[in-house]
Amino acid sequence: MDRASRRGLSPRLWLAGGWLLLALLAAIFAPLVAPQDPLAQDLMLERLPPFWLDGAEPGYWLGTDSLGRDLLSRLIFGGRIAFIVAFAAAIAACLVGSTLGLIAGYFGGWADRIISRIVDIWMAFPPVLFAILLVAVLGTGLSSVILAIAIIDWTRFCRVIRAEAMGQSRMDYVENARIAGYGRIGIMLREVLPNVVPSIVALLSLEMGIAVIVEAILSFVNLSISTDDPTWGGIIAEGRLSIHQAWWVLVFPLITLILTVLSFGQFGEALKARFDPVLR
Amino acid sequence: MLLQRFLIRLLTMLITLFGVAVVVFVVIRVAPGDPIAMMLPPGATDDDIARLRALYGLDKTIVQQFFIWLSGVIRGDFGTSISLRQDVLGLVFNRLPATLELAIVALIMAVALGGTTAVLGARERGTAVEAGIDIASGAALSIPDFLWGLVLILLFGVLVPIFDISGRVSPQLDLPFVTQFYFFESLLRLRFDLTWDLLKHMLMPAVALALPLAAIISQLLKQSLKEVLDLDYVVLARVKGFSETQVILREALKNAALPTLTLVGVQFTFLIGGTVIVERLFSYEGLGNMAIDAVINRDLPLIQGIVLVFALLFVLINLVVDMMYALLNPRLRHG
Repeated sequence: MDRASRRGLSPRLWLAGGWLLLALLAAIFAPLVAPQDPLAQDLMLERLPPFWLDGAEPGYWLGTDSLGRDLLSRLIFGGRIAFIVAFAAAIAACLVGSTLGLIAGYFGGWADRIISRIVDIWMAFPPVLFAILLVAVLGTGLSSVILAIAIIDWTRFCRVIRAEAMGQSRMDYVENARIAGYGRIGIMLREVLPNVVPSIVALLSLEMGIAVIVEAILSFVNLSISTDDPTWGGIIAEGRLSIHQAWWVLVFPLITLILTVLSFGQFGEALKARFDPVLR
Repeated sequence: MLLQRFLIRLLTMLITLFGVAVVVFVVIRVAPGDPIAMMLPPGATDDDIARLRALYGLDKTIVQQFFIWLSGVIRGDFGTSISLRQDVLGLVFNRLPATLELAIVALIMAVALGGTTAVLGARERGTAVEAGIDIASGAALSIPDFLWGLVLILLFGVLVPIFDISGRVSPQLDLPFVTQFYFFESLLRLRFDLTWDLLKHMLMPAVALALPLAAIISQLLKQSLKEVLDLDYVVLARVKGFSETQVILREALKNAALPTLTLVGVQFTFLIGGTVIVERLFSYEGLGNMAIDAVINRDLPLIQGIVLVFALLFVLINLVVDMMYALLNPRLRHG
C-alpha cells in the first residue's frame, strides 16, 4: 500500500473509531445518558415522531414506539447487549478458531486433516439456521447467544489462520529456528503466531460486526435474551410490524446497525494495515 | 484423472454429510425437554408415554437411535413433523422449490450486476468510474443481506411502494401450477401476468441476497480482468483494431473468469444460507421460513430434515463447481 492510500484510510479510521467509541460510551453510561426509562410505557405517547416532525414531544428525540417507549433510550440500552455479545462472542470464536487454525496450518498431517474435515462439516450448515437451532437448544439468554455465535463462527478464524500459518511455516526463518534447536511448539508460539497476529486482529474486528448482526437476527426472530431489556434486533422486529404507521422505529435501529457493522469492518482493515510488517 | 478427482470428492462429500448428520443428531438430543411430552395431550398415562417412546425408538441407546434414524434417512424416511403432522420429506420438497427459485434469481442478478460492473470498471480503469464502482461494491459487501432486506423494505415498500414486501404471490390469484416452481412454470406457460406478480414479491428478497455476492464478483473479476489486459495476446487484439470493450468481452473475459467461478460456488452456498433470514424478513414461503417456525415449535424431525437438505444442497454445489473448474481449467484437463 502506498503512502497516499494510507493517508486516505485515516479519516475513515477516525470516523469508524469515533462512532464505535461514541456508541460504546453511550452503552456503558446508558443510565446517565438515556433521556428516558427505556422500559417505561405510556400509551398517551405512542408513536411520537422524531423531533423535526410535527407532533414531536420534547425529550423524545427519535420518537416513540407503539407502546410509547422512547426510541433513543431503547437504542442506547440495546447497545449494551450488542457490545457484550460482540466482544465476548468474537473473542471466544477467535480463541478457538485461531488455536485450531495455527495447529492445523503449522503441524499439517493428521491434525490438519481432522481439523479441516470438521471445518468442512461446519461449512455445510446454513449459519443463521444453525444459530437459531443452537439458541433454541441451549435456551434463550445472553450466554446462549454468545456461545452459539462462538460455536458457529470459529471456522472463520480457523480457515484464514490455517492458510497463513501454513505459508509462514515454509519460510526460512522457521527453518532457521528449527536448526537453532527450538521445539516445534516453541516455534509455533514464538515465531509463527506473531506473524499471523495482524490477520487475527482484523478478523476479530470484523467478527464483532458479524456478532452484532447475528444477535440482531436472533432478537428479530425473538430467540435472543428473552427478557424485557431492549435489543437492536428486537426494536427492528417492532419496527418491521409498524412500518406503515411509524417508520422511524425501523429506520433508526437500522442506521445504528449499519454504522456499527461498517465501522467494525473499517476498523479491522485499518488495524491490519497498521500491524502488518510488510504493509508498514 | 477427472474420474479419480470426482470419486475422491464424492467420498469426502459423503463423509461431510455423515458428519452433519452426527452433529444435528447430537445437538438435537442435547435439547432439554422431552419431545414425547410435547406430542401427548394432557392426562396421558405412563403407559401411553412408554408406548410412544418405543414407537419412536426412544427407549434404545443413543447410538442405536442414531443408526435407526440414519437408515431411515438413507431410505428417504425423514420421519413425521410434530407440529404439522405430515411427512417431513413431503413438506421439505413442497417448500424447497420456492427457495431454489429465489436463490437462482438472486444468483443471476448477482452475476449480471457483478459482471457488468467488473467489465465497466476494467474498461474505465484508473478513472472516477472505477473509483465509484469500488466504493459501491465496498458498501454492498460490508452490509449483510439481513440489513439490505430492511433497507429495501423501507425504500421500495414504504417510501416508494412499488413492490410487495411480504409473501410469495398475491393470495387472491388463481394458480394453475402443477409444480412448486411457480416462477419458472409461469414463464413456461407464458402466463406473464403471474410472472409479474411473482417477480414483484421476489425482487426485493432476491436483490438483498444478490448485492453482497454481486460485490464479490465485481471486485474479483475486475482484478483478474485488469491482470489479463496487460498480457501479450490481449495487446495483439488491441493492435488488430478491436475496441476496448470488444477486447474485454471476446479475449480477456474467457481467461479471467476461472478464478471467479470457484469463488461464486462457495459464495452461492452463503447466499442460500442467507435465504433463511431473508425469507423470514419478507414472509416468503420457502424452506428457510419453515425452518425458523420448526425451531420455534421445537419440531425436531422437521429441523433435522431441513438442515440435512440444506447441507446436501451445499455439498452438491461445491461438487459441481469443483468439477466445472476441473473441466474448464486446461492445466487440470490434460494433467
